[in-house]
Amino acid sequence: MANITLDDAPAGGIALAETSRGTERLHRAVFIGLGILLVIAPFVVYPVFVMKVLCFALFALAFNLLLGYGGLLSFGHAAYFGMAAYVSAYAAKVWGFPPEFAILSGMLVAGVLGLVFGALAIRRQGIYFAMITLALAQMVFFFSLQTPKFTGGEDGIQAVPRGYLFGLFNLGDDRTLYWLVAAIFMAGLLLIYRIIHSPFGQVCKAIRDNEPRAISLGYRANQYKLAVFVLSATLAGLAGATKAIVFQLASLTDVHWSMSGEVVLMTLVGGLGTVFGPIVGALVIVSMQNYLAGLGSWVLVIQGVIFVICVMLFREGIVGLIAKKIGKPL
Amino acid sequence: MFELLGIPPQALFGQVLLGLINGSFYAILSLGLAVIFGLLNIINFTHGAQYMMGAFVAWMCLNYFGINYWAALLLAPIVVGATGIAIERLLLKRIAHVDHLYGLLLTFGLALIIQGLFRNQYGSSGLAYQIPAELRGGQNLGFMFLPYYRGWVVVASLVVCLATWFLIEKTRLGAYLRAATENPTLTQAFGINVPLLVTLTYGFGVALAAFAGVLAAPIYSVNPNMGADLIIVVFAVVVIGGMGSILGAIVTGFSLGLIEGLTKVFYPEASATVIFIIMVLVLLVKPAGLFGRAA
Repeated sequence: MANITLDDAPAGGIALAETSRGTERLHRAVFIGLGILLVIAPFVVYPVFVMKVLCFALFALAFNLLLGYGGLLSFGHAAYFGMAAYVSAYAAKVWGFPPEFAILSGMLVAGVLGLVFGALAIRRQGIYFAMITLALAQMVFFFSLQTPKFTGGEDGIQAVPRGYLFGLFNLGDDRTLYWLVAAIFMAGLLLIYRIIHSPFGQVCKAIRDNEPRAISLGYRANQYKLAVFVLSATLAGLAGATKAIVFQLASLTDVHWSMSGEVVLMTLVGGLGTVFGPIVGALVIVSMQNYLAGLGSWVLVIQGVIFVICVMLFREGIVGLIAKKIGKPL
Repeated sequence: MFELLGIPPQALFGQVLLGLINGSFYAILSLGLAVIFGLLNIINFTHGAQYMMGAFVAWMCLNYFGINYWAALLLAPIVVGATGIAIERLLLKRIAHVDHLYGLLLTFGLALIIQGLFRNQYGSSGLAYQIPAELRGGQNLGFMFLPYYRGWVVVASLVVCLATWFLIEKTRLGAYLRAATENPTLTQAFGINVPLLVTLTYGFGVALAAFAGVLAAPIYSVNPNMGADLIIVVFAVVVIGGMGSILGAIVTGFSLGLIEGLTKVFYPEASATVIFIIMVLVLLVKPAGLFGRAA
């Protein structure tokens, strides 16, 4: 478990003082570049597509926080994403919540679910952890399947009203909604960046790399693991809740294990344990799904092939490879 | 006719039998996972797809080549096991040196490929596979009706499970295997071909999955998705039992199938989730699993 990124991490987290200042400047430049892209994007590309990418990018970022920096491979992240989508869709449609509260309630439920599932899953390590999270997520899937009063069963919750943000901005307009989604994405990214570079994030990395040693230094490894798990689940919930408002739909697809697989794939393609990798990975996979949507089951095969290629030849991912080339962590 | 807790015995024992059948699939599949995990340290996510392949090879044998069930029972594990050996040699071997989680991701990708290919070719509605003529019909036992084929599945699985246990715990080859599981480097130093052993072990585990697939073919329809959901339940079974003990895997598999069958009778709403709920309880009470060694 300990060294999922150790062999492949571009800089292994051992940045010297002078290079770390250079890295900071580089990251600031990337953030500014990303901000500019976000502003231009809706005028160049179909905004709903960009919003889809942003929702999945946030989902992948949340997943990567857990795997890349906590060293914990969750194979059931669809549970938090999908459950938050259901809750926010239900809150917006049935209870008539305004969008901001609908999203917040989805996030909250995902966080609580993450707390319960995380507390169970961290009782086992490594491969068992992945199997437990997968099994628990499957339980959520069956729950969603069997409670059609809440989830709408096979139909899902459709025609979720987008509503008015703070009672002022009409989110029915794609452009207006886009700025909200872009803001949520950016806030999520900055939060994750802050978490990774905080003392808390450093301890998480230490636990990832050598758990017994971190424990011997007096850190309560399990509490850190649980905390990073809850953070990751909450942010995955934020992504799922936002997605439900954008597409006005929450369905069984969102809680299915294949969704958990997709987020793993996005993170792997972009670069495990890199800050910006999941964004690139989400862009690649979502675009691929968009262009190949007519191919039916072949999408599954192509995703599988990408998995195999990434694991066999390309474990750094796209951003990891760039980081290696320029010799700085990204 | 007497009734048990308001449930007619026909329904009760029918579900118990179905539970035992599911339990035998859980047992064979978790046994294969445990054997593979012991030596390769990876969780074989492709296991469900390989179970499905076993059923499909049996179906193809019958429909394309006219090979009957009994020959398929032998042939399908060999064919699917051979593909497993190819996967191990071509792919898994090359990533043995990196973190074992990559093995999980690789086998997950392979499962997607296999399922996608079969879905493209055969659709997802499922194909029928006839029960072999020798095992059609059944016997009325008074308290229940026993279809011969279902009885055969339970007996055949038990025999295969016990034979595997015997092979691993009581034979020389099994002793090599256990030695290599404990310490591959030292075992190799004694002149035992560990890489070959690893390849054969993977092939054997995969063949077990394919065998279960052939057994399942006449009961459930042959369907590209038949392994995908099953494998997740088997993961829960493995978490409950722990992968340290062969007999443990067998006992856990059968008893969980039985519990699932009983749940279907008394509280059908929970039958899909009961194994996951038991997993949660076991994690709370005995985190290492019922038969597991503490990590």
